[in-house]
Amino acid sequence: MEHLTFEYPAQRALKARAHVGVVGSGDLEVLLSPAAAMTATVDVRTSVDGYGHIWKSVLDRFFQRYDGAAHIEINDFGATPGVVALRLAEAIETLDADSNGGGNTP
Amino acid sequence: MSTLASPAAPRLADSFIELPARERARALLDPGTFRELLGPFDRIESPWLPLQGIVCQADDGAVIARGTIDGQPAVVAALESAFQGGSIGEVSGSKIAAALELALRDCERGRIVRPVILFETGGVRLQEANLGLAVIAEMQAAIVALRRHVPVVGVIAGMVGCFGGMSLAAALTSHLVVTRQGRLGMNGPEVIEQEAGIEELDSSDRRRVWQLIGGEQRAATGLADSLVEDDAHAVRGAVAQAFAQGLASTPRSAQVETYLARLAEIDPQDVTPESMRAVFHGAPHSTRKEQS
Repeated sequence: MEHLTFEYPAQRALKARAHVGVVGSGDLEVLLSPAAAMTATVDVRTSVDGYGHIWKSVLDRFFQRYDGAAHIEINDFGATPGVVALRLAEAIETLDADSNGGGNTP
Repeated sequence: MSTLASPAAPRLADSFIELPARERARALLDPGTFRELLGPFDRIESPWLPLQGIVCQADDGAVIARGTIDGQPAVVAALESAFQGGSIGEVSGSKIAAALELALRDCERGRIVRPVILFETGGVRLQEANLGLAVIAEMQAAIVALRRHVPVVGVIAGMVGCFGGMSLAAALTSHLVVTRQGRLGMNGPEVIEQEAGIEELDSSDRRRVWQLIGGEQRAATGLADSLVEDDAHAVRGAVAQAFAQGLASTPRSAQVETYLARLAEIDPQDVTPESMRAVFHGAPHSTRKEQS
């Protein structure tokens, strides 16, 4: 198991939070909540060691388009980069759909 | 697909099996009443998995939800089979046991809470061994205490099924809802093959496995009460009906003499799925019994 952390600049604060996915084979869980400061932070716990550079590529690409001050926690069980990108997109979508806030999930 | 005539018109192929645990719980509660307790953002995770190099899930694979079923207060405990096979760790098990104990406290004060457990589990999480076993015992004690006040309804939808200590918990429920895809047994087929040899059971023989421990066989032998299609509306309907029926006269696990007599008729040397049905016919508290 490996623990990786990343930071990205952010432009706007978040009000709601979102939870998607499951820590199952080839999948991952994403917990997205408002960050304490105007910076996006990502905490990755992954079952597969030695792929920090791939994580950085996937997250770099994600934060090219995303500017929310999110604290993102990822619990990964061997998801491929494509699945990671889809789950992140799903978390943002859930956040938008649920932006009246309060609930754990959509 | 489903032929169930329920008030809410069923949509085609609204699979229950394909739903993750949280959505299963939501599907059983009245629309809009789902309220999760100790959800993922409470981050009550297993303290033992990281020590063994295993990634945690923020809810430890157990979803506890309050809401209503047919307007009556209810609590649903759902296991997420995709995380560690729905196994019972110290945290996931304690969440379920505590939810049942709180429901019991409410029932004892005259405020009935309808408990539902969605079993989708291989049993104890081996990495947490004795702590998982201990908490399954707490769960079982709570089920036995609760079923004096209110039916305790279990659901085994599949595809993992329900095994190990949790199969005993399922057996203690007042009413068990199963699908054909569901399975209920003490040891799983792989374990039986590994321990007793492939002559005893070929675990890759899916037809054989389901003939022995599948939902249809469990319903036909009276060890489960409702057999439903893999349809969220059908499962929801069966659960609601189980509560509407109220308390069964005698829980299965209290019918010791009946079951000892039936077991005495079984010869392990030549028992078959068909001979099991002949002896363990139908539901013990149903009236249609004598059918060859």
